[in-house]
Amino acid sequence: MGRITLDKVTKSFGDVEVIPPLDLTIEDGEFTVFVGPSGCGKSTLLRLIAGLEDTTSGHICIDGNDATNVPPAKRGLAMVFQSYALYPHMSVRKNIAFPLRMAKLPQAEIDKRVEAAASVLNLTDYLDRKPGQLSGGQRQRVAIGRAIVREPAAFLFDEPLSNLDAALRVGMRLEISELHKRLETTMIYVTHDQVEAMTMADKIVVLRAGHIEQVGSPLELYKEPRNLFVAGFIGSPRMNLIEGPEAQKYGCHTLGIRPEHIEVSADKGPWSGVVGVSEHLGSDTFFHIQNTGLAETITVRADGEVGFRHGDRVHLTPREDVMHRFGADGLRMA
Amino acid sequence: MATKASRSAARLMMAPAVILLLGWMLVPLIMTLWFSFRKYLPLRGGDLGWTGFDNYVRFVSSSAFWPSVQTTLIIVGGVLLITVCFGVLLALLLDQPMWGQGVVRILVIAPFFVMPTVSALVWKNMFMDPTNGLFAHLFKFFGATPISWMSEASLPSIILIVSWQWLPFATLILLTAIQSLDSEQLEAAEMDGAPVLKRFWFIILPHLSRAMTVVILIQTIFLLSIFAEIFVTTGGAFGTRTLSYLIFQRVLESQNVGLGSAGGVYAIILANIVAIFLMRIVGKNLDA
Repeated sequence: MGRITLDKVTKSFGDVEVIPPLDLTIEDGEFTVFVGPSGCGKSTLLRLIAGLEDTTSGHICIDGNDATNVPPAKRGLAMVFQSYALYPHMSVRKNIAFPLRMAKLPQAEIDKRVEAAASVLNLTDYLDRKPGQLSGGQRQRVAIGRAIVREPAAFLFDEPLSNLDAALRVGMRLEISELHKRLETTMIYVTHDQVEAMTMADKIVVLRAGHIEQVGSPLELYKEPRNLFVAGFIGSPRMNLIEGPEAQKYGCHTLGIRPEHIEVSADKGPWSGVVGVSEHLGSDTFFHIQNTGLAETITVRADGEVGFRHGDRVHLTPREDVMHRFGADGLRMA
Repeated sequence: MATKASRSAARLMMAPAVILLLGWMLVPLIMTLWFSFRKYLPLRGGDLGWTGFDNYVRFVSSSAFWPSVQTTLIIVGGVLLITVCFGVLLALLLDQPMWGQGVVRILVIAPFFVMPTVSALVWKNMFMDPTNGLFAHLFKFFGATPISWMSEASLPSIILIVSWQWLPFATLILLTAIQSLDSEQLEAAEMDGAPVLKRFWFIILPHLSRAMTVVILIQTIFLLSIFAEIFVTTGGAFGTRTLSYLIFQRVLESQNVGLGSAGGVYAIILANIVAIFLMRIVGKNLDA
């Protein structure tokens, strides 16, 4: 079981307050992703939960028990580090068995659990190798294996995929999601990559400078970003943000419209501009439209077949039902 | 050095250095071998011609030979044990963040810059003198009888002095090794439930094994030939005669160059035996 509650948790390094008072509840079995730009305090928050950093004030409860001053090993959490932090002088088998050895389990039980974890993670053939002889993805799996043998209340992942190449990252993303479906254990995952957040999370926590900007499911965040920061952070390519007279026409200070919610055509539409750079992804094409008089560039998604060229004049039609209106304070207007 | 031309140019330019080093090594070696087969008594008739293996037989059959080998090994082993153990502990201590870190580190390294002769004399006269030494005063303060270090505990005294000289070297190398340890590994071990001592045993110590190997190999090379510390303290008396000191005595005190040279050849053999054992035991840490 792994229900984790943070109650007015703060963290300061010297005079610098990294995490201002923060409340958060992570339900049992939930896949929660902390996402935010680098330096937003998401890793610090994870380390506070892990117990690798002391809280300055506030309480952390795991399954209803106050764990604020419990040492990391006793919290029943397992962590996968960005650098994997495998023990280089031990074989894969010994790496995975290490937490069990420290818990003084009988050797037969250790062997059984290591074998089980290895078969889940396709590591059976590599058990006698050293971490130095493995590829990045395999090391990642060993690190996960070392976490799952402990049968922890929750898994903590600290940017685990940032050292992998793009193709491997997509694969590992699926593997971790599948692992979560199978184990149904609470997982907390830290990333700066909003694609990882959107694809894996049950619940996303968007952080900026230690503040929680919004908590919600991926679609909630996509459909109803609470403020301009979340609007700009979630979704790829970024939402177009339009200020000035055009926004006032819709009764707001800033008008947000996602690239996929603008139609582009050669002859009709209320907005017009000149095609700048176009990015062809095959299935989709992203046009960066300039000289619209609305914002510096407006990004538009079109079908992969649409073939405007650089310098073509085009017309744009925004879908009014999915527009986002923000007030002068940056908050979403109802 | 990719092309043929650059390779041969490189060889040509390295040649002077290689030839110089080779000469530096080969000339004394060949001279030692040459003299070891000759009866050469500088004050008693000079070079008296070939004697075959006489010098070798005499050197080994001398009652001083085996004790000197034993003394050499005890000093090397003792100093290695002390410097590596305390080096690890000191390195762990110096790795902790503290006020005045830079100054403390320089102070720790300082003994290494003191010449062996000087440091041995300082130890002998300032600390270990049975009447005026600091240790003697300390013993008297607690009402104990001062030890006459150089005669009653001669071997431990020399091991202590030499360890004091070499501890900074070991500490320095082990400290840099500790600093290169990835802190996430220690955190991972902490999360895996390893308390401080087990983290030291399972993570830090294996990480240090390579640095320890380097320390042991380098120190052994230098410790096999320590001389100054013995010369200025006991002068080889009280069971502190090492193999190199015995050779010195044969050549200069007995004025028997041939006999000393034969001892020199034995010293080379002993050094190689030690080297083979060391490479067997710790050398595998240098791979991978």
